[in-house]
Amino acid sequence: MVKYTLKRVGMALLTLLLIVFLLFVLVRIMPGNPFPSERMSAEQIAAKRLEMGLDDPILVQFGRYMANLLKGDFGRGTSLYYGAPINTVLSTAISNSFRIGGIAILIGTAVGLLLGIVAALNRGRFLDGFCTVFSIIGVCVPSYVFLIFLQYFFSFKIPFFPYFFDANRFLFSSVLPSLSLSLFTMSTVARFTRNEMVEVMDSDYVRLAESKGLYGGTLVRRHVLRNALVPIVTVLAPLIVDLLTGALVVEKIYGINGIGKLMVDAITGEGVDYNYVLALGILYSALYIGIMLVVDLLYGLLDPRIRVSTKEG
Amino acid sequence: MNNTPYVPVKEDFQFLPDRDITTDQNFASQGYWKGVAISFFRNRRAVVGLVIVLLIMFFAAFGPMMNAYNYDSIVSVTSEEGKQIVARGIGPQISGVIQGSGNNAALFAEHTFLFGTDDMGRDLWTRTWQGARISLIIAFVTIIIDMIIGMSYGLISGFFGGMTDNIMQRIVEIGNSVPRLVIVSVLAIFMPKGMVLVIVALLLTEWIGMSKISRAEMLKLKEHEYVLASRTLGAGSFHIIFKEILPNTIGPIITQVMFSIPTAIFTEAFLSFVGVGIVLPQCSIGSLIEAGFNNITTLPYQILPPIIVLALLMLGFNFIGDGFREALAPKLEDM
Repeated sequence: MVKYTLKRVGMALLTLLLIVFLLFVLVRIMPGNPFPSERMSAEQIAAKRLEMGLDDPILVQFGRYMANLLKGDFGRGTSLYYGAPINTVLSTAISNSFRIGGIAILIGTAVGLLLGIVAALNRGRFLDGFCTVFSIIGVCVPSYVFLIFLQYFFSFKIPFFPYFFDANRFLFSSVLPSLSLSLFTMSTVARFTRNEMVEVMDSDYVRLAESKGLYGGTLVRRHVLRNALVPIVTVLAPLIVDLLTGALVVEKIYGINGIGKLMVDAITGEGVDYNYVLALGILYSALYIGIMLVVDLLYGLLDPRIRVSTKEG
Repeated sequence: MNNTPYVPVKEDFQFLPDRDITTDQNFASQGYWKGVAISFFRNRRAVVGLVIVLLIMFFAAFGPMMNAYNYDSIVSVTSEEGKQIVARGIGPQISGVIQGSGNNAALFAEHTFLFGTDDMGRDLWTRTWQGARISLIIAFVTIIIDMIIGMSYGLISGFFGGMTDNIMQRIVEIGNSVPRLVIVSVLAIFMPKGMVLVIVALLLTEWIGMSKISRAEMLKLKEHEYVLASRTLGAGSFHIIFKEILPNTIGPIITQVMFSIPTAIFTEAFLSFVGVGIVLPQCSIGSLIEAGFNNITTLPYQILPPIIVLALLMLGFNFIGDGFREALAPKLEDM
């Protein structure tokens, strides 16, 4: 297990390094203007390029960038926020995004599991149908559409929640975005839990447990849920990643200063901000690879059969 | 206890009276695809999905032609004082039956706007179906190209195995570790915003899933006897891959295509909403949702048609995909 873990971690780090290199080269060699051309003259841009070392050989630039990156410094923006250090902007953005995303994942997984279990235990009855319809709607409608509706009805028609995100009232104003972000997770987890549980409940070992007299909560907890949980963990990883994408639009709509909104600003503003695109690209890739890694390792931890096969292989 | 063994009598071997088993009931043999089609059409959800998708496709094809308006032209009338009055923000109205909301609705009494008009005075019925058309075209074009790329990649990688497979799979792994968002943002640096950007972004990401599936299929199929037979007869590798094995992998690929199309529509909507997708005066589902969102406080009805079309498309394609999956791999309980 230790060897396997080390191997997986090493692979992940290597992949990330390669991605950073590719991103860097792509961002630097592609034609385009990193500076807001309307606001700066040609001489100013030339001076700025010299100052940032954009005319040096690409490998020299990469070495310099990596040296800074290892110190935890993403450099400065080229057109966003008047060249303020990316680190300061990014740390606020990360804390906003992660708190809202974290709440969304917690709500989504908890309610989704509950819905799935209830549906599976009431198979074929009203609650099961309700859960199916709910999860179909949740998968078919993008999270930002939910947010638009929630915002329209509960902030505009009935002004209960703030219309835009307000960092001073964090919990209160993160209700709507977290709720709308959690719906996709919720419905996918619910559908998956239901199907897995139904499958496990039909299996021979559950029939055996039933016939030796187990029933109710103990049966569900000890025998059904434990075995149904493993595949659910694997769907959670892509869900968290999808959440990142969904958060992009949600943050834009609700005016949250998060990494998603930063990304939108970086690519849609006048003059694409190279350094922000690079920093956010690295951040997103690292997150993505990290989540996949954690799930892979968790998978082995939850299911002894997989652990054994990796030991042998 | 009575220990004498039971001696069967002749009556024990009588045929049951109500069942005639002296004649076999024969069913005509049916081809593989016919069987798939039958179980697909027996699936109520799949049929509902198919009907929804076909209806939307019909409207996307002919909807914009059903009235006199153009998707990018502004509807206006000349008032008695000779001023041009634009049909801005008129709610859904049917001439002579339902009067729409909005300031100038009365002036446009003889016009029918089934979905209303937007803030610029364009007919939303036309725009919605035009948008659906663009979104569907983007989805179909990219997914079909992705299917060809991914399928060839996966089949080749799986067939040759060894070093080739190893290198090709490492490439896939790296490609798979870059979030779609990052690819889009890098593309946005050097490409103009618009339809091409959306298509390229989808092309770069969606083939990976297809390649994984066709590789798995290849690994399963290449040990079969017919491959060996073909090889013995002197067939080349590429003949075996594309002529012998490919037709047998097509089922799972179609399922994947049906699930990829909604992803493509979703991605397009998301990119257009963010502002790197379809640009005005062109429209797509995503850009229509964005326009509706911008006017939601004044013209709340404007956002509904594109959202409903989007949701129905997602629903329809997901149902069709589920139906295909079940039809291709029937489980015991379905029989």
